[in-house]
Amino acid sequence: MRTGVFHENYRSAERLWDSPTARAWMAAFTVALFALPFWGSDYVLAIACIVGIHLVATMGLNLTTGNAGLISLSHAAFLGVGCYTVSWLARQGVPFFIALPAAGGLAAILGLIVGLPSLRVKGLYLAIATLAAHFILTFIFREWDSVTGGVPGTSIPRASLFGFQLVGDRHNFYLIFACVFLLGLAARNLARTHHGRAFVAVRDRDISAEILGVNLLRTKLMAFAIGAFYAGVAGGLLGYFYGNITPEYFVLTLAVFYLAAIIVGGLGTVLGSVLGAVFMTLVPEVLRLVAHASSQWFPGIAGLLLPMGQVVFGLLIIGFLILEPHGLAAIWSRARRYFHLWPFRT
Amino acid sequence: MSELSIFLEYSLLGLLSGGVMALLALSFVLVYKGTGVINLAVGEIMMLGAYLYYAAVVSFGVNPWLAFAGSLAVIAVLAIVIERLVLRPLSGQSAVSVLMATIGLASIIHGGVEAVWGGDTYTPPGLLPRTPLMMGDILIPGAVLGNFLIAFVLILAFVAFFRYSRTGITLRATASDPVTAATLGINIHHAQRLTWALSGLVGTVAGVLIASSVGLSPLLSGTALAVLAAIVLGGLDSVLGAIVASLLVGLIEALAAGYLGGKTRDLVPYVVVLAVLVVRPYGIFGSRTIERL
Repeated sequence: MRTGVFHENYRSAERLWDSPTARAWMAAFTVALFALPFWGSDYVLAIACIVGIHLVATMGLNLTTGNAGLISLSHAAFLGVGCYTVSWLARQGVPFFIALPAAGGLAAILGLIVGLPSLRVKGLYLAIATLAAHFILTFIFREWDSVTGGVPGTSIPRASLFGFQLVGDRHNFYLIFACVFLLGLAARNLARTHHGRAFVAVRDRDISAEILGVNLLRTKLMAFAIGAFYAGVAGGLLGYFYGNITPEYFVLTLAVFYLAAIIVGGLGTVLGSVLGAVFMTLVPEVLRLVAHASSQWFPGIAGLLLPMGQVVFGLLIIGFLILEPHGLAAIWSRARRYFHLWPFRT
Repeated sequence: MSELSIFLEYSLLGLLSGGVMALLALSFVLVYKGTGVINLAVGEIMMLGAYLYYAAVVSFGVNPWLAFAGSLAVIAVLAIVIERLVLRPLSGQSAVSVLMATIGLASIIHGGVEAVWGGDTYTPPGLLPRTPLMMGDILIPGAVLGNFLIAFVLILAFVAFFRYSRTGITLRATASDPVTAATLGINIHHAQRLTWALSGLVGTVAGVLIASSVGLSPLLSGTALAVLAAIVLGGLDSVLGAIVASLLVGLIEALAAGYLGGKTRDLVPYVVVLAVLVVRPYGIFGSRTIERL
């Protein structure tokens, strides 16, 4: 019977998955996930793709807000920056493996600019600064017709690899989840480098962190830039997935969606991002199913879906903040501990 | 019409709309000073107040002034309930989580309003006569002038209330130092509850005034976010700053919209916010804080 994980050297303590059981489960999960296009239905696959895209963006916001404690309301706008960058580059014939990092890079540069006020102001003021940045960027999305196509939107050519077009959800699935795994591993690894620990130090008390030798300027800007990079990549994937895009997509509600995802999932962990992104993507789907099932009794219910989704997001944010501030990740680890230690109580 | 009178007309319109904006700014500043919370749901609370007013007058045929009083009462009660159910359990948490809670609140109210009234634009009946005022070449719409007057009187009343009344002084004491205020026998829970109710009242007045001049739709809540420019410029914790900065932002907005085109109205407040935050983060009148470990 396994009662805990015991480390005998630093190498094993620093591992990403610290027990053989965890590694085995992770491997099984990865294999099952990458086999999904062979056994999943079209609906499941489409949902999985959307979960993957949201997951990339959520991991980014979780690094900025959850790890480094810098609240960002401009995440949806960074997503838009990535999406329009990919759309413009793809029309110039740039392949996706260059366009996606470029999208992330441009978003990261904008993230640096938006993050600049974070040096002088923090907390509440920072939220207002990022909110202002959101509105300025979405204004540009609507008005810069030659690049963004203005309000009617623009289309994005399909990604292609060695002349092989990535058409349909089955192909896009691999592109999306390759990014998810790469960026997820990167986020997980970042947390155990000194940069990642500097993020947490800045979050917990930035003045103390500065006295301990953390360069506040560099750390805060880096947290913003990395979060924005993830959002940019997510936006690029979104563009390849949908094929065309309008500024309507990058509204403040989307930024609130990602905030809700990290709060519901759990701040500051990759596991939290995963749980939050999956949960928050499934909430509107469940709402849609409920609406569909009850449409014969309430004929007008389909029109209420969007506003009801907003109400549910708001309730989830407040509910988790008050009742379970560490999110689903905490519930997950409690459940895990229960099964590990069974039949003993914790 | 000469260049000068065009300029004067834009400026006057800007200043007058800035007066109404000052009411909204007051709604933000009250809560921030009183409880240390930036309430990003102010726009939604104001919008809900305006919708309640509209529903009472148009759907139920109540007298406009009675409907106005009714919506004020409902919003005051709602603000107290919000304070009790959402903000009180989160007191002592980090500013960022409280901020997120108000974002969640905004999302709930926004979704609720859209579910009940849909996304259409309504025109609620005005409380005031709409006869325009002519001053030489300059034309000022009656609603704009009336709104400004109401806002002006209300703000004066608030300033007097905070300066001279006993309740106002307890509220100020709680805002400046809750622990000392409690030691001196002030019921700070009561004071914070009252702060939220007052903020809701001011917001509702602003909402009804704005809705009766520009129309009522879910987009109304965005107006409040533009007020962020004013409160950041004025300094988050300064009532005087909020009023002066609102007038200033109203002026800048109207001039930009007049000379650079109406679309810039969506952009200008936010550019002002970013510029202020980079150059002078504590605003014109805000108090500088010194942090200690």
